[in-house]
Amino acid sequence: MEFTVRACSGHGRVGSLRLASGLEFETPSLLMITRRGLPVVIPPEMLMDLHPDSRACQFTPMHFLEDPLAAVVAKAGGVHKLASLTGFAMVAVARDSLGNEIAGEEASNLGASFETSSGRRIVGLEKYMEVVNACKPDLWVSLPDEVPHWVPEKRNRESVDHTSQWLDHCLSLQHAEHGNRCLGVVVGAGSLEERARSAEQAATRNVAGFSLAGFGLGEDVAQRGFHLEVAIAKLPNDKLRHVCGLGSPEEVLQAVGAGIDLLDSTYPYMLTKECLAMTFPLKMEVPLRNADRDMQPTPDHGVASGFSLAKVNLRSATYGGGRIDETPLVTGCKCYTCKRHTKVYINQLLNSNETLAQTLLEIHNTYHYLEFFKAIRESIKADKFHEFRTWFTSQRVFGMTYDVSESFVA
Amino acid sequence: MLGISPSMALRFEVLARHNRARASRLTLPHYEALTPLFMPVGTQGTIKGLTNDQLEDLDCQIILGNTYHLALRPGADLLDTIGGLHKFMNWPRALLTDSGGFQMVSLLHLADITEEGVTFQSPVDGKPMLLTPEDSIQIQNKIGADIIMALDDVVKTTTTGPRVEEAMYRTLRWIDRCIAAHSRPHEQNLFGIVQGGLDPQLRDICLEGLVARNLPGYAIGGLAGGEGKDAFWRVVAQCTAGLPEDKPRYVMGIGFPLDIVVCTALGADMYDCVYPTRTARFGSALVSEGVLRLTHAAMATDYRPLDSSCTCMVCKRYTRAYLHTLVTKEAMGSQLVSYHNISHMMQLSRNLHSSILEGRFPDIHGGS
Repeated sequence: MEFTVRACSGHGRVGSLRLASGLEFETPSLLMITRRGLPVVIPPEMLMDLHPDSRACQFTPMHFLEDPLAAVVAKAGGVHKLASLTGFAMVAVARDSLGNEIAGEEASNLGASFETSSGRRIVGLEKYMEVVNACKPDLWVSLPDEVPHWVPEKRNRESVDHTSQWLDHCLSLQHAEHGNRCLGVVVGAGSLEERARSAEQAATRNVAGFSLAGFGLGEDVAQRGFHLEVAIAKLPNDKLRHVCGLGSPEEVLQAVGAGIDLLDSTYPYMLTKECLAMTFPLKMEVPLRNADRDMQPTPDHGVASGFSLAKVNLRSATYGGGRIDETPLVTGCKCYTCKRHTKVYINQLLNSNETLAQTLLEIHNTYHYLEFFKAIRESIKADKFHEFRTWFTSQRVFGMTYDVSESFVA
Repeated sequence: MLGISPSMALRFEVLARHNRARASRLTLPHYEALTPLFMPVGTQGTIKGLTNDQLEDLDCQIILGNTYHLALRPGADLLDTIGGLHKFMNWPRALLTDSGGFQMVSLLHLADITEEGVTFQSPVDGKPMLLTPEDSIQIQNKIGADIIMALDDVVKTTTTGPRVEEAMYRTLRWIDRCIAAHSRPHEQNLFGIVQGGLDPQLRDICLEGLVARNLPGYAIGGLAGGEGKDAFWRVVAQCTAGLPEDKPRYVMGIGFPLDIVVCTALGADMYDCVYPTRTARFGSALVSEGVLRLTHAAMATDYRPLDSSCTCMVCKRYTRAYLHTLVTKEAMGSQLVSYHNISHMMQLSRNLHSSILEGRFPDIHGGS
């Protein structure tokens, strides 16, 4: 595996990552979400052609702990072969971003508590590495003792100690022939000193990179910034940095600005579940529409905020009258969905509870997010990342998303 | 009084025969199809989660849409404004819509059939509503499918007594109303539906009446509802014998592969059923040996593909064992099984066509 930093803009950097498999791609990169190895709703054979950058996925080893799937993945010879995703990067991230469960309060010296197919249980090191080795990921995160920022100091210190010991233990159990693929976890949420300590310890280990944990748990945004900064300052420049738990556009920009290279994000899927289509502009040169300027910004409702520009409730109103919107979700978007289908059609699928709606929305949302990551990389290469981030955040309150479940019969 | 015979908007050429079976080319306004063929059912015109590209990859030639559901949502007028269901879905191949009557009778509260039409309670506000033959055809004209179905008075095959006769004669009276109401005979093919229950005399009367109307194609209705297999074959055989040779014959509601093979041997050309996608949702895969229950514990250690003779994307990529772990836990599981099941039915269609064409029809499906 080879990682080379190619360009910088502030602390943000563009890198090129070449995996042992030969697959090469640019960072910062989005890791698409999978469950048990497959995309949640996107047909697997469509994944390769979805977007030029749709090559990297995350998966959760915790789904593969028990038989029969544990035996099946071992027999298949790894998760790539199991899911027929050879040619993709499969990155093992312990934290299930869809389940949003972390260790929290429970842990012992032997392992941390995770949600698995058979409920909450303590996952020990031997078991974790058995699964990791069976899955043969391109990159994998060491077993974390990840805690939220509000735990007592003592527990936080313990999590740093555990995480560091477990990193060493994981490294001792990794299969030699898989080479250096470990992303050593850095914890310490709640205390900048502990964060620095965790990073310092991880930095000395023989790893491919690092995975920053303990984020996306309701922490203050400014505090998060400090934690990212403090941790990254202790990490070598020439190694990969991944963060889990951060996925919204603002979080991505903050993470990239601090020097992060890889993010697994459920943001596209969260929008899809809410029947929202991602529509935010990606180019700084596109001026805001006048109508947008007059709109009042709405408060941040969490992941899927923003408002739709034409809100007529199809369920209560009668059909007919007014214009039927036969435009694609985003005009000019080159994704599979936008090249073929209209808002009125997707709206109809949603109102009829057709699963195809989710498939088409998720294809678009994933494509749009990959374009977002591409725009980020372009801005770094042009040394304009700060401008891009400022521009994006300022236009962010206007027309972020399109609510396809409501009508657009205006 | 006989209705004016509608023009045809299709061409049907029998390319080869084997006894009563035929391999044909059915040229429709939107697509040139090869029969025998199976038509997957997509309530709103979509087939449970499959994209248009996937449906084309699977070689689906004609897809069935349910008029009842489409009329409710998005509504016939919206489809009309847009230019029809093809344009709405962006589906480049052929579509067939049913009349809406059957769904109403099976789905709706207090659905009843009178001479006027099907009366039912509106699912939106509970008010009494009526679907007449004219309404059904008008809605289907707006949807714009290549083939539209006449509104018929359908009774269960297990029904006995005068109701069966009443329904058959009413079907004949309604076909004239359908023909009169059909405003697009040059673009859409109105198929009549042969009724008459299990009574050969009633079936004969219906056959004679419909054939005299010189319709573009015919369906054999009122079957696959609990009658015994012998009765089923007998009615199909009688109907195919009584229908013109040079027009397509559609047996409605048939989806078990064995039934399709037998009906083909008896001279039928087109089939539809929800069975392949419905059974996929319960984790059952259609394979050459029959039905594979993926939820069965034995599947957990079975590393073969679903069907060793299947070349679909699912069988090329995934094992039974992996699918077993997916089907109860991830939506993607039943999605993949649906994909395979449709592929199975399309492969069956192709096999039937080519085996008849190549003179080896009886040799296929020795096991199924």
